[in-house]
Amino acid sequence: MRLVLEAEQEDLRAAVRRLLADRSSPAAVREVMASERGDDPGLWKSLADLGLLGLVVPEDLGGAGGGHVERSVVLEELGRALTPTPFLASAVLATDALLAVDDAAARAELLPALAGGERVATVAVAEGGAAWDRSGGATTATERDGGWRLDGTKAPVPAGAVADVVLVYASTSDGPGWFAVDAGADGFTRTALTTLDPTRPMARLTFAGTPARRLAASDPAAALDLVADLAAVALAAEQVGVMARALELTVDYAKVRVQFGRPIGSYQAVKHGLADVYSAWEHSVSVLRYAAWTADHDRAELPLAAALAQTYVGPACFDAAVAMVQYHGGIGYTWEHDAHLFYKRAKSAQLLLGPPSSHRARLADRLGV
Amino acid sequence: MTVVEEKGSGEYRSRVREWLAANVPPPTAGLPPADYLRVAKEYQAALFAAGFAGITWPKEVGGQGLGPAEQQVFAEEAAELDLPTYPLLIGMGMCGPTLVDLGTPEQKQRYLPPLLRGDEVWCQLFSEPGAGSDVASLQTRAERTDDGWVLNGQKVWTTNAQWADYGAVLARTDPDQVKHAGITMFILDMHAPGVTVRPLRDMSGKSPFNEVYLDDVHLPADAVIGEVGRGWQAAVTMLGHERVSIGASRPSRSSALGFEAVLALARREGATADPAQRERLAELYAHERALELLNARMRQETQAGHPPGARGSVAKLAAAVQLRRAIAVAGELAGADVVAWDPEDGHGADLARGINSAPASSIAGGTNEVQHNIIGERILGLPKEPQVDRDVPFRQLRVGTQGGAR
Repeated sequence: MRLVLEAEQEDLRAAVRRLLADRSSPAAVREVMASERGDDPGLWKSLADLGLLGLVVPEDLGGAGGGHVERSVVLEELGRALTPTPFLASAVLATDALLAVDDAAARAELLPALAGGERVATVAVAEGGAAWDRSGGATTATERDGGWRLDGTKAPVPAGAVADVVLVYASTSDGPGWFAVDAGADGFTRTALTTLDPTRPMARLTFAGTPARRLAASDPAAALDLVADLAAVALAAEQVGVMARALELTVDYAKVRVQFGRPIGSYQAVKHGLADVYSAWEHSVSVLRYAAWTADHDRAELPLAAALAQTYVGPACFDAAVAMVQYHGGIGYTWEHDAHLFYKRAKSAQLLLGPPSSHRARLADRLGV
Repeated sequence: MTVVEEKGSGEYRSRVREWLAANVPPPTAGLPPADYLRVAKEYQAALFAAGFAGITWPKEVGGQGLGPAEQQVFAEEAAELDLPTYPLLIGMGMCGPTLVDLGTPEQKQRYLPPLLRGDEVWCQLFSEPGAGSDVASLQTRAERTDDGWVLNGQKVWTTNAQWADYGAVLARTDPDQVKHAGITMFILDMHAPGVTVRPLRDMSGKSPFNEVYLDDVHLPADAVIGEVGRGWQAAVTMLGHERVSIGASRPSRSSALGFEAVLALARREGATADPAQRERLAELYAHERALELLNARMRQETQAGHPPGARGSVAKLAAAVQLRRAIAVAGELAGADVVAWDPEDGHGADLARGINSAPASSIAGGTNEVQHNIIGERILGLPKEPQVDRDVPFRQLRVGTQGGAR
């Protein structure tokens, strides 16, 4: 098991950090999050040009043929910068779903377009706040008029309002299935939702007899499990980046903010709290490297590692963001300061795949408790 | 599952593995102290004979002249074994490496070979009743005589002093200097007249450490380690070796507060179907596993030439905090079963021992509070607290709980 990045992976990190310093500065993030679309198509093209959208896509399908460790490095950087981007929806969830099912035609048609940034896709599984339902939930797919039709509602769906293609996990009369829906399909409506995290737009998708293409999948629920596990790892990468930046900014502030004649970082109450955040970050990086390594090299261990990643990193990231707001004091509570964006991203990420207890329960299951 | 892939040094690793397989002494649990000490010395002698003693020490003092990679291979191979290393730990892990760094040629020739062969046991005498986290406020004093020094004072928490032949002692040699400047490190003959060792019983009922009283103990002039007045620098050197020594060790999997043991407790209590208990177990595992992975990652970084340095404090602190977490979970599972148990019930005794030993991890080798300061100041670069004692001659300082100037 390798827990330390290779030199090329560090180079990748440096390249992404440079790009985001240039294109996704705090001011740019504010501008994008206030825009109607909620992401930056120019940046999306740059990510595609650098080959970052297809990192886990095989080379013959237009990807880089790289791995999850590389993708996690990119996600760390996107998390650090709080970049509003459909990366998680398209380059993670939808890409992983297409690779997890057994539909070579759909892969050949969609993956090159996703990796190239020409199309944005997402995955629609959640129906409310609970953890993903392996049954397919209340959204149903029925075969009629010579094709499959979807009925029901999926929410919250990341990048649901901008996606060109939606991969829907729905119930059929003989178990769950995966379906691809074009954004222009009849009976398909989407409503932008108000979000806790203003840097991650989400939508409600409604299907009313919407024509859909069924994706061949020998075991749709197993594919869902894989998508969920890889999402847990990807999200942990974002969270590690969020933590790192929240800690850096807070340490910088604690060195210069003077109260009672001393920098506040010299007080043990503050210093020890920041030491705890640092410790949690070091642990989180270690868990992330392990989880990403299993995604590349040990799929049998991935389910355990993924549950571990969200059990450990999810709360640790929010703690770091809480500390950021707290140690900034009043200024940290203002809209003007970025601390609230870290706070909202951290809480939203922690809950995106279901309540924290669902990750702990899954971890217990996978440990054989 | 293995935590670290076995990379490099393949031939060395197999030699270590073969030798350990053939030479692990029988279990030492329950042996009388004198017998345990004998087994430990014999094991060290066997290590020396096989060429595995002092792996990173120079050849001219009897070491093997190899690097940290080989040291780590040995530590990894030995990690799962119950080896009788405890009596020699301070000498091999701290005093010996410090003599390698700072000793005179005569000191190295006199003391290092017997240490490597397991002939002589060492201890380290730093802490005092008035000098715990603030070791530099120590009051034990060494005063010059015609042929050396005379040592007076009291040391405490001295691990292995009951067995030790020699000790590395810190003493104040110039109270008119500021506190860090007037200290010197000496080699102390633990059998010399005026050295009294009294075992201290800890809260778990064991006596792993001692009080050492020093009354007019004569030190020869050549007992100084490093330079007179530079004892603090020598102490920092030794504490650096201690951190490496602690960092290389791994928590025993047999602890009643390890995840596997707590899970076994949950099974005995029939609690594994309770969703709340399952979540607690999962969280306990997550923190234990995260720490294992952090340690594994730091070992990989060490092998790649980047030793963790002050980041070792993160692992030490986390290990101590994890014990508190495990006590909480075990308590939820055991309830009153750990309040009282039948005398023959080993599970109850094991868990009680775990609960009662846990505070040691939060205090020994630098308290949790000191580790927090190390992380905050040395890693994050946060400013120190104002130091009221920094520029004041030691003679004018308040020390420990003893108040006033002295």
